[in-house]
Amino acid sequence: MAMFESLSERLGSVFDKLRKRGALNESDVAEAMREVRVALLEADVALPVVKDFVATVSAQAIGQNVVKSISPGQMVIKIVHDALVELLSDGGDGEAEGLNLSVEPPAVIMMVGLQGSGKTTTTAKIAKRLQATERKKVLMASLDVQRPAAQEQLKILGEQVSVATLPIIAGQQPVDIAKRALQAAELQGFDVLMLDTAGRLHVDNALMSELQAVRSFAEPADVLLVVDSLTGQDAVNVAEQFSRQVGITGTVLTRMDGDGRGGAALSMRAVTKQPIKFIGVGEKLDALELFHPARVAGRILGMGDVVSLVEKAAEAVEIEEVEKLQKRMEKGQFDLNDLKSQFTQMKRMGGMKGLMGMMPGMGKMQKAMDGSGIDDKAINRMEAIILSMTPKERSKPDLINAKRKIRIAKGSGTTVQEVNKILKMHLDMAGMMKKLKKMGGLGALAGMFGGGGAGGPPMPPPNMGGMMPPGNMPPGFNKFGRR
Amino acid sequence: MIDDSLDDVSITPKRGFFARLKDGLSRSTGKLTQSITGIFTKSKLDAATLEELEEALVSSDLGVRVAADICAKLKKDRYDKTISADDVRQVLADHVRAILTPLEKPLVVNRTHHPHVILVVGVNGVGKTTTIAKFAKHYRDSGHSVLLAAGDTFRAAAVEQLSVWGARLGCAVMTTKVGGDAAGLAYSAIEKARADGIDVVLVDTAGRLQNKSGLMDELSKIRRVIGKIDATAPHDCVLVLDATTGQNALNQIEVFRAIAGVTGLVMTKLDGTARGGILVAAADKYAVPIHAIGIGEQSDDLRPFVAEDFAKALVGIE
Repeated sequence: MAMFESLSERLGSVFDKLRKRGALNESDVAEAMREVRVALLEADVALPVVKDFVATVSAQAIGQNVVKSISPGQMVIKIVHDALVELLSDGGDGEAEGLNLSVEPPAVIMMVGLQGSGKTTTTAKIAKRLQATERKKVLMASLDVQRPAAQEQLKILGEQVSVATLPIIAGQQPVDIAKRALQAAELQGFDVLMLDTAGRLHVDNALMSELQAVRSFAEPADVLLVVDSLTGQDAVNVAEQFSRQVGITGTVLTRMDGDGRGGAALSMRAVTKQPIKFIGVGEKLDALELFHPARVAGRILGMGDVVSLVEKAAEAVEIEEVEKLQKRMEKGQFDLNDLKSQFTQMKRMGGMKGLMGMMPGMGKMQKAMDGSGIDDKAINRMEAIILSMTPKERSKPDLINAKRKIRIAKGSGTTVQEVNKILKMHLDMAGMMKKLKKMGGLGALAGMFGGGGAGGPPMPPPNMGGMMPPGNMPPGFNKFGRR
Repeated sequence: MIDDSLDDVSITPKRGFFARLKDGLSRSTGKLTQSITGIFTKSKLDAATLEELEEALVSSDLGVRVAADICAKLKKDRYDKTISADDVRQVLADHVRAILTPLEKPLVVNRTHHPHVILVVGVNGVGKTTTIAKFAKHYRDSGHSVLLAAGDTFRAAAVEQLSVWGARLGCAVMTTKVGGDAAGLAYSAIEKARADGIDVVLVDTAGRLQNKSGLMDELSKIRRVIGKIDATAPHDCVLVLDATTGQNALNQIEVFRAIAGVTGLVMTKLDGTARGGILVAAADKYAVPIHAIGIGEQSDDLRPFVAEDFAKALVGIE
């Protein structure tokens, strides 16, 4: 997806420089911050937002003693990542926020914004989405009596997405149309009423007061400001004016399928203090997505969709199983059953290839994987080997002598060498668990899968912001540790 | 009810062009002017002052590079010297004017073309259709006959929008069905204009993002097909830019120029709070002629672009 591509590239080159340096001095960090600033400004992030952002990040970088840390580059990147998430979610949990539909129907959603920002199309997109995915009965009405044929446009869009529109009565004024729409919605049992308003320049006081009138009459559950993500520095003014004069509950960013700057996305939350609820990602009427701040931050930093990855991990991993494993690990116990359950978890998360696909630097990684022979098939074989053992053997691998190895190899259609490999891998990991127990921390988990007994591939650098502790663990494994 | 802004024109008191431009741009310049005044009360041009100035310029969408250039120039000439806010404004205005003056180029109809074909392109929602209506009124008022080709066959009700304008202006509008072939429509429009002896054909197109290569190819097709009926057409290809657009506008110019053969720019919505500084960055980078600016919603609010006025208004010189 082109979204944020150019910003992502710019920041990427800043970070690459940081990564290459073993040590960083304060002027290196300052230099990186200057480059971050320019990258953000060129992506059209609003200047006040950029200044705040850079100040925050710089202060943290100094406060956390980046310079003295073991991998200073990673530290800076992590700080930037966390600050981006904070900027996009403003204290939220980084998750997408939907509409406020839990009101007495009809829930009124009022769409406001500048001319040409894409209000009417967005209105139809949201209506379609509500009707299709949330089974809401939606009525749309256009209050745009300014632009020629605007009401017809909404009517045509309504026909395209099979959403009802309020019949047009020529000459009716916005507040009257809103009244009629509300009446119709109540009488005909609509769940949601969407009011598309005239596009306007926010400096136009007459039109602003018209919006206020509509707002106070219709008492909308949501007032969504539609903003073109190609907007430059003016985005701040737009957001401020609409927030102050009309009051909004969220924003929708359109044209996020543009050339990938999308700096307005970074400014909006900071300026309006309201969540970005949707993004428009194409001309088709289903090209509307929820906005996930944490994921977007990951995308901007070129980290792949780490958040989706973790989400997948959370779906796949059964908490009790993890807790059980954690307890055993704490005691320094780790048998072949535990190893097998890790293989299973990994497969559930989409296998090695699937995991790699969601990770940064994917191209390089897949090459490394091809070379190492660790792939999903290898995992299947390792699993088969463990399954060919008796329960006793699994919990007490010491029992496995040469004769048993031959039996296991035969049972699993593998060779004794491969059986040995698994046993060696288990031994290494069990040793690690013991070490861990002594250290009482999870840091020692690091080497578990990396260059260790399995002859596995070197795992990707821990450049995933807060997602991974330093070390070479595959994703998802740290999840085990944390729970 | 559709408002009839065209009729308002007659009751709007006529003011001088500069007054109207300043009026339109005043909201644009308010902040830049304020910043400059705020910055230069200190009177000496030091590093901190320069940085603040650079930020003021960036806030006006001039872009990081142009802002840095301007500041570098200022630094070279005046560093550590006493300088007043007025001086700074003058230097800035001079600099902006120097960049923009070579690009002043009104969109003039050449009657020898029979007809003069103007293709209007741009991303969605920048005001292409409204700009066409404004041009149409301007040409009609100067005694040319005008035909409008409603080539935006994609957006719902775009054809209706142009038809409403055509009816108001008394211009013929050529339409096709929704989803119809815009290139074919343009061809028929030129054919008709030739037959009827019409002077100008304004061809509207659907808005498209410049990174959608399929849609951009369609534009080059429209050009090709127009060229079949008149090898010299389109005589002008106007890219409409929205003043609120940020650095993306540069990319728009680059791609539309490469694919649609853009010959000039029109910047709309300068009566908002957007400062339109991107025009300076665009001029610096691509040197594409600038035909006109839109400073209001009335049909005579499309004005020929005058570099000096724009520069003065941008930095807030009376």
